[in-house]
Amino acid sequence: MDKKLEKIVQALQEKFGSSIEEFRDEVHVFVKAEQIVDALTLLRDKYEFELLSAMTASDYWPQTSPRFHVIYQLTSLAKNLSVQLRVLVNGDQPRVPTATRVYEVANWRERELVDMFGIEFEGHPDPRRLLLPEDQDGHPLRKDFPLGYEEPQFTFNYEEIDLRKPYAKE
Amino acid sequence: MGVEQKLGDMGIVTTKLEELVNWSRTNAMWPMLFGLACCAIEMMAAQASHYDMSRFGMELMRASPRQSDLMIVAGRVSRKMAPVLRRLYDQMPEPKWVIAMGDCASCGGVFNNYAILQGVDEVVPVDVFVAGCPPRPEALIHGVVTLYEKVKGEKFKDFAVK
Repeated sequence: MDKKLEKIVQALQEKFGSSIEEFRDEVHVFVKAEQIVDALTLLRDKYEFELLSAMTASDYWPQTSPRFHVIYQLTSLAKNLSVQLRVLVNGDQPRVPTATRVYEVANWRERELVDMFGIEFEGHPDPRRLLLPEDQDGHPLRKDFPLGYEEPQFTFNYEEIDLRKPYAKE
Repeated sequence: MGVEQKLGDMGIVTTKLEELVNWSRTNAMWPMLFGLACCAIEMMAAQASHYDMSRFGMELMRASPRQSDLMIVAGRVSRKMAPVLRRLYDQMPEPKWVIAMGDCASCGGVFNNYAILQGVDEVVPVDVFVAGCPPRPEALIHGVVTLYEKVKGEKFKDFAVK
């Protein structure tokens, strides 16, 4: 781990009691959902992590508690550092406080996560759909979402599928 | 249509109305100017000087559906885009035709998932499917010429009584 980053991670550990995971020189800091806004504010204001370069989630189904990791990738342009915060969320009622008051860019990221994973962001200023059509059911990036949409039409099953394919009218 | 052979000294041509209408339609078919994905790049190449679709009387891409009579669906259509595509089709005046360009528009191509329509014929009636991923400009031009063959075979009683 980078020397400069080590101090920052230690400070996070002391303040929030968070655990650490390292993978190929990337540092993942696990914080609790109710701490995330404080942790982001601390990193932004004190340690110059001025950029939320990515925000995404990961589904660990069939594991249900925790089922999701909500991932905040922070970058410090001033110090040339990068750190990842992770929030563990349970599957039955996935809920995280919104980060839009710390990083404005989180607005659309969180709307995307609502669409794709069904994770609720409490206090989001504009909780509309972002990517999917209004009538979409389910959350496509969840692991238990069915993969295929339609059976491909080949020579051997052409007629069978042709019968039930919803062709457009004039 | 071979007008030259029918042209006598009097400067008069006799032909069937059906053939005349179909001839005029095939020689000024204006596609709508829109592309959805990578197939649109090949469509642009087909338009540009190297392949030059205007040789076949389709030199103008119209940016408005009200002025176009051919819709080339170039690329994959997402489920969110499908209502928009249908609306564009509805805004085109009769007579109108549709070419599904490429595998994605024809049958979903490599995308078999929640986001992509499995063939644009679920939304609009398609006249010609052009295979390829993406089809080369020659293939698109061949598709258009195939459509011309279809249009030339249309009967007056079918399109007049609509």
